[in-house]
Amino acid sequence: MDTIDMTIHGLHQALESKQLSSVEATKAMLARIEAVEPQVGSFITVTPEQALAGAEAADRRIAAGDMDMLTGIPLALKDIFLTEGIRTTCGSRILDNFIPPYSATSWEKLRDRGAVLLGKLNQDEFAMGSSNESSAFGVCRNPWDTTRIPGGSSGGSAAAIAARQATATLGTDTGGSIRQPASHCGCVGLKPTYGRVSRYGVIAYASSLDQVGPLTRDVTDCAIMLGALAGYDPKDSTSVDLAVPDYVATLPNGVKGLRIGLPREYFIAGLDADVQKAMDAAIETYRRLGAEFVDISLPHTDYAVATYYLIATAEASSNLARYEGVRFGHRSASAEGLIDMMTKSRSEGFGAEVKRRIMLGTYALSSGYYDAYYVKAQKVRTLIMNDFIRAFADVDVMLTPVAPTPAFKIGEKVNDPLQMYLSDIFTIPVNLAGTCAMSLPAGFSADGLPIGVQLIGRPFGEEAILRAGYAFEQATEWHRATASL
Amino acid sequence: MSISVTDVEYVARLARLELGADEKEVFAGQMNAILGYVEKLKGLDTDGVIPTSHAVPMENAFREDLVCAPIGVDKALGNAPQRSGSFFNVPQVIE
Repeated sequence: MDTIDMTIHGLHQALESKQLSSVEATKAMLARIEAVEPQVGSFITVTPEQALAGAEAADRRIAAGDMDMLTGIPLALKDIFLTEGIRTTCGSRILDNFIPPYSATSWEKLRDRGAVLLGKLNQDEFAMGSSNESSAFGVCRNPWDTTRIPGGSSGGSAAAIAARQATATLGTDTGGSIRQPASHCGCVGLKPTYGRVSRYGVIAYASSLDQVGPLTRDVTDCAIMLGALAGYDPKDSTSVDLAVPDYVATLPNGVKGLRIGLPREYFIAGLDADVQKAMDAAIETYRRLGAEFVDISLPHTDYAVATYYLIATAEASSNLARYEGVRFGHRSASAEGLIDMMTKSRSEGFGAEVKRRIMLGTYALSSGYYDAYYVKAQKVRTLIMNDFIRAFADVDVMLTPVAPTPAFKIGEKVNDPLQMYLSDIFTIPVNLAGTCAMSLPAGFSADGLPIGVQLIGRPFGEEAILRAGYAFEQATEWHRATASL
Repeated sequence: MSISVTDVEYVARLARLELGADEKEVFAGQMNAILGYVEKLKGLDTDGVIPTSHAVPMENAFREDLVCAPIGVDKALGNAPQRSGSFFNVPQVIE
């Protein structure tokens, strides 16, 4: 097997048995990045020097017998993760020249285990988007069909795996931004429970919804990454102090007797026929493996997108007030006076989608509308959370589509933000409820585009969805397919 | 209800954004479409429902009041568009 095709666990074995060094694996990845980057556009910044230095250090650790599953593994991060000394843009012109003075906890945890940083990945500006088209740093394309979007906002994180430019990547998920691109690019993507992984050093979009998670080639890699990322961080007061299970150890436990809920509100008219077909086949596979299916209802599903676009934009308008041209980021050269400087710096630095969401959020929080929009949305959020609590009394996990259609064409929805927002209809409720979910490769459309299915777990129930995902993967071949790029 | 260009200008001022004439028109149309869509929440009875600001139930997070190593002036000012000495430089505040 080619080095660039390997999983984390496969590459780990090759490194451990000295078939390969981390420097060799890293050089192969850097060569691959250089070769296909003009067609894909997964990266905003490639860091070859840091990568090779990291790989050399990893090889020394391996030679000394000080080896972890992630030692010497070449990874890449969405450009939303702060990396000390390495430019971090969050996909925005306003942070074009921003060099963070410290690193995100999630990257520090991976780095301390000896992971190698290949670079920083393309994304929608400030993680606002479902197609990666709001990036200020060029188009990112779907490696399965380069006329199509990779999904978003972690588009580069998914495209880099499908294009075999990184062994695994990190993304963030506020309304589906890990799971939807994973589904569109044919990889595994996990959004952990809110509080499971530290958000320290992750540039904030909507703080009550944002969560860090891995995108990988298979479920085993996903379990390895989550084990490394999860845990309490004193620097993130919303991270939860709960023991981290051994996610890899319980993978082979199977799904016999597992109760899987099918929320009827997710099987709507308008669901793409190929997506429906993949869902039906996944249900059949699980039935064969001994799982039980239960029809359930999440009655407030239809209100989730509206709720999300009030809460997320309100939080964004507040979080993005920090970009004022004083402490970091772009400062307008043409301004007169302090307020004018702030206004011009923001207006020059932010793109259209970010401005639109700041405007919506500012409106929803403004005097006279606060109760009607923001508080109302927070109340509906309670109803949506209660739907999940009630449904999880009867089932262990839920199985749903990830997105209503396979990846759409680049440019298809850019002028219709509402249509773009509605493409997140099956992923958004999970963020509002704060629970965990994973996207799993489960088939292809008639045009050869990957389709994922979503497993939703109870809060802090990542073990169950990883185990269910692993059982599915053992019974199918979808995760082995590679883009012909 | 409907958002006019004047409303867009008012919200832009609150958000410290300067929009071009075309942008204002486009945003007014798009905000109307999106706010029209979120109107559906009004049909839901939420009387007596407690608002959720946060998915995980959590008490205040306290830590020991210990002095930690500071990041240092040069690092903290490293990204400043303009600095003078150990200060951020801003345009004149009081005119």
